[in-house]
Amino acid sequence: MIWQLDLMILTLVVICALVAINIKDLLGASVVFGIYSFLMCLLWAEMGAVDVAFTEATVGAGVSTIFFIAAILRTTRRSRD
Amino acid sequence: MRDIHEHTAGEDLIIKTSVRLMVPFIQVFGLYVIVHGHYSPGGGFQGGVILGASFILLALAFGMKTSQEYMTVGVNAVLNNLGPAIFIGVGVLCTLFGGLFLDYSALDKLIPLGPVEWRSFGIFLIEIGVGVAVMSIMVLLYWNLSSGGSMDEGL
Amino acid sequence: MKNLALLATLVTGALLLYGTKDFPAWGDPQDPASTYLSPYYIENAVEQTHVPNIVTAVLGDYRGYDTMFETVVIYCAGMAVLSVLWRKKEE
Repeated sequence: MIWQLDLMILTLVVICALVAINIKDLLGASVVFGIYSFLMCLLWAEMGAVDVAFTEATVGAGVSTIFFIAAILRTTRRSRD
Repeated sequence: MRDIHEHTAGEDLIIKTSVRLMVPFIQVFGLYVIVHGHYSPGGGFQGGVILGASFILLALAFGMKTSQEYMTVGVNAVLNNLGPAIFIGVGVLCTLFGGLFLDYSALDKLIPLGPVEWRSFGIFLIEIGVGVAVMSIMVLLYWNLSSGGSMDEGL
Repeated sequence: MKNLALLATLVTGALLLYGTKDFPAWGDPQDPASTYLSPYYIENAVEQTHVPNIVTAVLGDYRGYDTMFETVVIYCAGMAVLSVLWRKKEE
């Protein structure tokens, strides 16, 4: 575990989480959420939990982003609050 | 796979060609992840998601109908139920041969490989069950979400 | 109302961060998980199951119920989406 790398990834994770909540465009929010998942994947891999990182990369960054986008294209793209 | 030139404007040649090249490799990689889960990171869940993602990619680039030519709705419904059935069936089979539920070493009485080898092989069997279930259910979720339930067109 | 929600979020986050203080350090050899459970798996997993990847051995064999119900959860998610969204084509 390299704490400098940890700190960098964690900072980016927090930034991505805040952006994903605050952004008005839901398509953009789901893309940022994909980035968040990928950063979490990097964090798992960096801590040595390679299986969890693999799951996070496939499910979190891959398929769930597609599901979000598919759901958004069926509803509305703008957040209303 | 359908001819590239059959489709109307708005569907990109580059995307179609690259997806056509990528899908077989993604599927082989998904199978590798399932089968090689004993020796490297991976396993049924991850491999199943990768296999499902290859079908989703096909649906994204060529339309949902094309992906349903390769995995029809009926086959998908069968696979949905087959995956958990393989898993639970292996567990029940263990109890029928005198062991505990999911105690694979009891299956030694069925085919004598040795209890330790059977524990390894039983893990492989249930990984296949998980992989089949996860693959078909990911594809099912995508079809339903992107078409709003009609499963004929969308995205 | 929004400020109240922000306050609740901040307080909950601060409490959670305070709670992590009692967790064992990362990779601490003295924490309970590393003194009872992990050594057993590390010493016996390959011998008892012939699976070199201990994670797979634990998930598939020692914690088979967990993996089974994980699959059942995925199945239930698929069936829930199907029962909510699916509709027959009108001929």
